[in-house]
Amino acid sequence: MKNAPGRSGLIMEEPLLWEKGKVGRNGMSIPDSDVPAAHLAEELCGPGPDFPDLSEVDVVRHYTRLSQWNFGVDTGMYPLGSCTMKYNPKINEKHAAAEEIGVAHPMLEDEYCQGTLRIIYELQNYLAAITGMDAVSVQPAAGAHGELAGMLVFAAYHESKGKKRTKILMPDTAHGTNPASAALCGYKPIPIKSGPRGILDVAQIRELMDEETAGIMITNPNTLGLFEENIREIAEIVHEKGGLVYGDGANMNAIMGIVDLKKCGVDVMHLNLHKTFSTPHGGGGPGAGPVCVVDSLAKFLPSPKVEFDGSQYRLESDRPESVGRMHAFHGNYAVLVRALCYILTMGAENLKKATQYAVLNACYIKVKLKNHLHLAYDRPCMHEAVFSDKRQQEFKVSTLDIAKRLMDSGYHPPTIYFPLVVHGAIMIEPTETESLEELDTFIEVVKEVVHEAEIDPDLLHNSPQRFKVKRLDETQAARNPCLRG
Amino acid sequence: MRYLPHTDADIRTMFDVIGVKDFEGLFQTVPKSCRYDKKMDLPTPKTEWNLNSYMAEIKSMMKVTPSHTMLLGAGRYQHHIPSAIPSIMGRSELLTAYTPYQPEMAQGTLQGLFEYQTLTARLLGVDVANASMYDGASALAEALLMGIRVSKKKKRVAVSTAVNPHFRQVVETYFRPTEFEVVELPFGADGRTDLSGLAGQEGFAAVALQSPNFFGVVEDMEAAAGAVHDAGALLVAAFTEPLAFGLIKNPGSCGADIVCGEGQSFGMPMAFGGPGLGMFGCKDQFIRNLPGRLVGETKDLEGKRGYVLTLSTREQHIRREKATSNICSNQGICTLTAAMYMASLGGTGLKKLARLNYDKAEYLKQGFADLGAKICFSSPTFNEFVVEFKDDFQPARKRLVEQNIVAGLDLSRFYPGFDNRFLFCVTETASKEILDTVISEVKK
Repeated sequence: MKNAPGRSGLIMEEPLLWEKGKVGRNGMSIPDSDVPAAHLAEELCGPGPDFPDLSEVDVVRHYTRLSQWNFGVDTGMYPLGSCTMKYNPKINEKHAAAEEIGVAHPMLEDEYCQGTLRIIYELQNYLAAITGMDAVSVQPAAGAHGELAGMLVFAAYHESKGKKRTKILMPDTAHGTNPASAALCGYKPIPIKSGPRGILDVAQIRELMDEETAGIMITNPNTLGLFEENIREIAEIVHEKGGLVYGDGANMNAIMGIVDLKKCGVDVMHLNLHKTFSTPHGGGGPGAGPVCVVDSLAKFLPSPKVEFDGSQYRLESDRPESVGRMHAFHGNYAVLVRALCYILTMGAENLKKATQYAVLNACYIKVKLKNHLHLAYDRPCMHEAVFSDKRQQEFKVSTLDIAKRLMDSGYHPPTIYFPLVVHGAIMIEPTETESLEELDTFIEVVKEVVHEAEIDPDLLHNSPQRFKVKRLDETQAARNPCLRG
Repeated sequence: MRYLPHTDADIRTMFDVIGVKDFEGLFQTVPKSCRYDKKMDLPTPKTEWNLNSYMAEIKSMMKVTPSHTMLLGAGRYQHHIPSAIPSIMGRSELLTAYTPYQPEMAQGTLQGLFEYQTLTARLLGVDVANASMYDGASALAEALLMGIRVSKKKKRVAVSTAVNPHFRQVVETYFRPTEFEVVELPFGADGRTDLSGLAGQEGFAAVALQSPNFFGVVEDMEAAAGAVHDAGALLVAAFTEPLAFGLIKNPGSCGADIVCGEGQSFGMPMAFGGPGLGMFGCKDQFIRNLPGRLVGETKDLEGKRGYVLTLSTREQHIRREKATSNICSNQGICTLTAAMYMASLGGTGLKKLARLNYDKAEYLKQGFADLGAKICFSSPTFNEFVVEFKDDFQPARKRLVEQNIVAGLDLSRFYPGFDNRFLFCVTETASKEILDTVISEVKK
């Protein structure tokens, strides 16, 4: 591990919040009251929560120490497949945190908040331009929320045609959230097995698509990192039977400026702004999952929508065929601000370059590692490459062991055990913001881990060694859940 | 481009390794018929300077500015945010991490979420709280769907019309494609939900009330729990202002089965409505039906305490279409922000701040009452209240905006018959002087 960045750590111990503090301390200045104490009926009152009292220093040090046990994109390469962990630009944080935006109340009259409305309006238009779709709502708060919005559009469309449909085609290479999103709208997912080349087989779609089926949910490129080459033909079959095509846009980073989703036959899709459009993932969120549709479905998009009459931006709520409101207000607004800043900084040319470099990086890793890790499908990949632990099994080393050893070398592991179609999957998505040197170091480290698997499997079984905690017992956590202190 | 590290030489090297001549060679699997055949119609790339100018222009289009005091709540609240919070929240190890799927290198996020779950459970009086939902509105929709899952056979839920109208709209959106029915419950002259219609009714899986409700009225949650349980349903207690529970009884202690609401008040700016977070908890016996992520305590190989995501067999990536929800990304960093805020306030601070908010709102309420305006609901309120003015209030409201005060929300578009009724909100950010200004404008 001569060149690996992860060699030592500055790890401070830190107890749980309530294991420190003293009653009477406080970490926030509260002004003395300048009004008289009002009458308050005693029967309304509770004892107040059992929170520790901490000083500002206690709180700041606590979270600073916690942060040092974490690994983020700013720490190093985060090749987590399907998650597009690219660099999160700092200027976007500054603008999202602008005080003028912070104080914008979402229930203000339109005339008082033209600026915040304009951001939504412009983002809607830019996302339409990037995808090739016609109309956009930025209300959904995350990818799965966008999928739900899309499925609601499916349901509203079929209802408008006078017939409720009950099933939906669900390829085994679709994103994990898709079946649950469809089920929320009452659709029974009909599983579709990907063909021997890792992509969908037209004949199978033709056989299964019928007039009880609302349509298909396709992730393209799919979760194997492969472009669904037959998408147009599949879309035609689905459309012929009166169905709609949903495009899960979580992998949009592979196709910006290269693929026109409308030309592919996609009717509805969502984007993950926290993936393709560089907004930070925050250890789980907030994300944003705008939903994009073709013209004929625009009337079904969530309400309200932001419109512009040439001089004024306004919220339009009078949209009788809309699926309705998805979020109390306008979605994760500050995330939208970041994404807009990213698009404005990049422009068309650099967004396309981002895609080209993302694919270039993935293909480079694929070629360099395919003699070391088993490659699930040896075909031209897009923005990610899916390997597996097939060759390491003889040494009793699993994907999980490889992942944990990579951590000790200073890398966040790839996505593991997903997609489910590849046993022991190792899904690597480098993104475009990693340089050639960074990729080369990563590749060397993976090769070394593969070598260690052969000569010293226990080293991998006992990884990670360099973190605050050693390997954690997840089975025990689920068997005897302790969910609070 | 400063985010793209590739030099021309790097690109050539990589082409050679891959065995392609150009970028076109990388996209050979994309059929011509699917290609984007023109340049994307976007503005030319902006430098940091240009972007700053653009944002300055956006800011100049805002008539309501940081100098304004917001006497407007309705689900979004202007509170003081201690400077320490954005500072520690901005630690990029926390901000730029993904969901903690690899626990050993995400103990910061995980311990932070475990602490959030604990403080939230204590605040709301529930056994367990999850690691957040998108917002209060979607949390309410999910709580009602959860109620239906728990009940197994029932197909109806009831929601009070004193619940935030936007929350009710989201519930409607979630329920429309299902076979389940949402029934609305009226409110009485006191501003509290009228549950008399529940008596003798059966078949409700869950009944949802908000307290303090949309009118700021503190519902009688203990009585509500009795009535709802008598009807064989679960009580879902929603909220939009968690600060209230520093003062008033929390929903869990009143008998609520599922508690959900918006947590933006805890350290997040209003930010045109997001991001905040959906706080969500329940009684122990319903855990297997709980949506969303959970963090649990465990031990490492050497017996040392640590934290992991757990009980994920409820979730979409394992359970697929039978999952308790489709939620995956939640509100991560907002969840930690809320925990930072709760930690900064502490138990003592939370009580003090809640009391301050209560007293200030009562001061304005009394000021209006003294002028002869009608305080519409007789029940006690927290932070917010509804007032009906004798004369058209809109001219005064416009004058106040010019004086940097946003005074109240016109309720006529939410409730028929609510003409000239306004929902006011007062937090610690409104000084007595501001409140006196409002009172004197009404007097004019």
